[in-house]
Amino acid sequence: MATEKYQYVGHAMRKKDSMQLLLGKPVYTDDIVPRDALVVKLLRSPHASALVEEIDTSIALKVPGVVAVYTWKDVPRTRFAIAGQTYPEPSPYDRLILDRQLRFVGDPVAIIAAETEKAAAKAMRLVKVKYKLLPAILDMHDAKDNPVLVHPEEDWYPPCPVGGDNKRNLVASDVESDGDVEKVLADCDVVIDHTYHTKAFQQAMMETFRTYAEMDRYGRLHVISSTQIVFHCRRILSRALGIPKSRIRVEKPRIGGGFGAKQTAVCEVYPAFVTLKTGRPAELIYTREESQIAGSPRHEMEIRVRLGASSDGRIRALDLYTLSNTGAYGEHGPTTVGLSGHKSIPLYTGSLEAFRFSYDVVYTNLQPAGAYRGYGATQGIFAVESAVNELAERLGIDPTVLRDRCMVRQGMTMPAYYNEPASACALDRCMAHCREMFDWEHRYPVRDMGNGKVRAAGVAMAMQGSAISGVDVGSATVKLAEDGTYNLIIGAADMGTGCDTILAQMAAECLDCPVENIAVFGADTDVSPYDSGSYASSTTYVTGKAVEKACTELKGQICRIAADLLGCAPEDALFEGDHVRCGTDGRTVSMEEVAYKSQAGNTHAAESTATHSSPVSPPPFMVGMAEIELDKLTGEVKLLNYMAVVDCGIPVNPALARIQAEGGIVQGIGMTLTENVTYDHRGRPVEASFMQYKIPTRLDMGHLKVEFENSYEPTGPFGAKSIGEIVINTPAPAIAHAIYRATGVWHRELPITPEAIAMSRPEENA
Amino acid sequence: MEIKLKLNGKAVAGSVEADTPLIDFLRQKGCYSVKCGCDTSNCGLCTVFLDDVPVLSCSVLAARADGHAVTTLEGLQEEAADFVGFIADQGADQCGFCNPGFVMNTIALLRENPDPTDDEIRAYLAGNLCRCSGYEGQLRGIRAYLDSRKGKGAQNGN
Repeated sequence: MATEKYQYVGHAMRKKDSMQLLLGKPVYTDDIVPRDALVVKLLRSPHASALVEEIDTSIALKVPGVVAVYTWKDVPRTRFAIAGQTYPEPSPYDRLILDRQLRFVGDPVAIIAAETEKAAAKAMRLVKVKYKLLPAILDMHDAKDNPVLVHPEEDWYPPCPVGGDNKRNLVASDVESDGDVEKVLADCDVVIDHTYHTKAFQQAMMETFRTYAEMDRYGRLHVISSTQIVFHCRRILSRALGIPKSRIRVEKPRIGGGFGAKQTAVCEVYPAFVTLKTGRPAELIYTREESQIAGSPRHEMEIRVRLGASSDGRIRALDLYTLSNTGAYGEHGPTTVGLSGHKSIPLYTGSLEAFRFSYDVVYTNLQPAGAYRGYGATQGIFAVESAVNELAERLGIDPTVLRDRCMVRQGMTMPAYYNEPASACALDRCMAHCREMFDWEHRYPVRDMGNGKVRAAGVAMAMQGSAISGVDVGSATVKLAEDGTYNLIIGAADMGTGCDTILAQMAAECLDCPVENIAVFGADTDVSPYDSGSYASSTTYVTGKAVEKACTELKGQICRIAADLLGCAPEDALFEGDHVRCGTDGRTVSMEEVAYKSQAGNTHAAESTATHSSPVSPPPFMVGMAEIELDKLTGEVKLLNYMAVVDCGIPVNPALARIQAEGGIVQGIGMTLTENVTYDHRGRPVEASFMQYKIPTRLDMGHLKVEFENSYEPTGPFGAKSIGEIVINTPAPAIAHAIYRATGVWHRELPITPEAIAMSRPEENA
Repeated sequence: MEIKLKLNGKAVAGSVEADTPLIDFLRQKGCYSVKCGCDTSNCGLCTVFLDDVPVLSCSVLAARADGHAVTTLEGLQEEAADFVGFIADQGADQCGFCNPGFVMNTIALLRENPDPTDDEIRAYLAGNLCRCSGYEGQLRGIRAYLDSRKGKGAQNGN
């Protein structure tokens, strides 16, 4: 379990691209593409629900510099999904590049391509559109079985059976259970029954959506995009544009943040379509406003939790119903909702006798949702962890002690998590460690500061997965270069997380060479071996294992080549890092000699590609504790301390794992306190810029402290699980708990604003 | 209109529209470190120096730079290299898109206040948003740099 035996894995080191990034080198999409690309702009619907009755582009086309204006009449009639998911996608094929029916404020009406930004902007104002207004569904509670249909079209198509029906505004629906939940609930001493509401929070990555397209020297469509999913993107473009995959190449340069936003092909089809039609390079860069109103945010969810427990604080039954709002299109709708139950209920495997989890995912005429770090688990954990805190407070039991009695522990089988085993689980140690680090005993009691301010604390646990079991595929190619160094080529997408570096650390460990000797490249559909992409907390766990496999295979190949040089049997050749030794007589050849031999009269490939997929998705675990100071008069919450202990298996690079945790926690703080998503009565989004959508600054997050409790996951590379997503899950329930402690009011809707706190009274809320 | 200015120490001239923001002009001149993150002067990504004072280049007209000196991260590579390794050691560079603006403003801070407290660092850099790092690692990096500088100073007998 210890990492001391490893030279590179388990050690903090700089990201391979860090100095390029910190010194501002041109490494992102818009830094590297030609300056003369056509500027692509999208005219967007001002209405939440409308039909394009007439559209006239003739005046717009007369603007000097305008090259093309496309409308719904110009695009292929094949419906597709832009969710980056393995085929056949659970997300319905419900989109056209441009549709005559417009389904949310921001839905594209026309694509404009011009020589300059100014010409494009001018043309945009001169496209004449006559809209026929249609009734809109702006509240997810009204959606199911409403006669107004968001997707009335006959060619709506779900590639997977997920219980959806477009004639009911339903994208997915299901129910599953284990044991008789009603019977156990009836037998419980206490039942907590409340509904929790989370909004469509924005990833707000610093680099907005952007894509460049050109015809390459072979006459193929070459797409450079800020994406987490190069291979899914190629497949999506192929279907949307009606051209074979062999005619498309998708690559990603450095990416200015993703957090799941770029697991959806939000903007790729538009410049690709322009390039295909005009033969000219084209680039589309979303403004911040476009990213805010037509991106791929978190699914708004409302989760009813019925939690049954004994009076001594044993959680016996959990019954969850989730209503999820996918907005105008169904990207990630059927899958995000699953995590709201699958990654919250199993936390209480230790005492749970029965559970039920049911859900509906509905269409509305609001911004379509997508994938955002946590992917439904965040919403479910806010609900379940809040309910558990409510239980503890009602019973007067310390909420950390109550959790000790009920939590999942190593070796248990988790019925609510596909009956997977908790093979590596240090959740109990995370709780004990965090309690001590945070000084829970002294910070948990409410302290009136005597100046109208109150200090209080709250706690929450979390889990996530590591990849989608039985689905996600990771691959790696390792090649030997002449001087005995290596190239590692991957299809996973480093979006700032540092996966290029941690995968190189694993390769260096396997190949017994310095990390500097591993040159990493990714990701390009023409060059990289197939990888599902970087999402679902999969890269460390799945692609990491592929790296391990590829290196093992390559070492075998190297030994075969060396055996020829040494004149010994291949099984006697021993790989020893910078040389291969003949086990029988001790003679050696250097890796450089082997590499040169591989290029002369050699028939053994000095490279290897390996692929991995996992039948299980081992959960990382975490405990978070928040200390706040609340102003009773204004309702202002000041976060003083946030401390957390994470079990991500073996952290491959503890510095990067720690930053992942800190960054995720601050995003979680934002969605709890300051980030809001609201619409006006016509369905227009209010928080359309960073003026209204307040992500935390460095003055808003108090002091963070993150530590680790290692476990060893037997199926992971070097014992690793995942870290990327779980870290956003604890702040909302922990801070809501602290606010209750300070005020006596449970806030069950996010964000919890000063207004909501100041206007609430304990008795409203018993 | 024609403008003339000093960009990273070199005299440059260019033709701009009256409403061209400085960021667009700078990227046209190849200063790709200057990034646009928000369009509303909220994020700090586009921070450059106008006569050695940090400004948001999305909110300054290129015409305003006429006759002045503009410095971007391209012009401060050595001064930046001095401390950004400490940020890299923390892994706090992350996606890197906010880094140039953050690094520029940190240079401005350290020129103005060579020995800032943690709270002074937080306050000075409050306008530089970062969505990846959670800020704490950036602070640790700057603190480690300041500590190392003190250590060096002590060794030199200062």
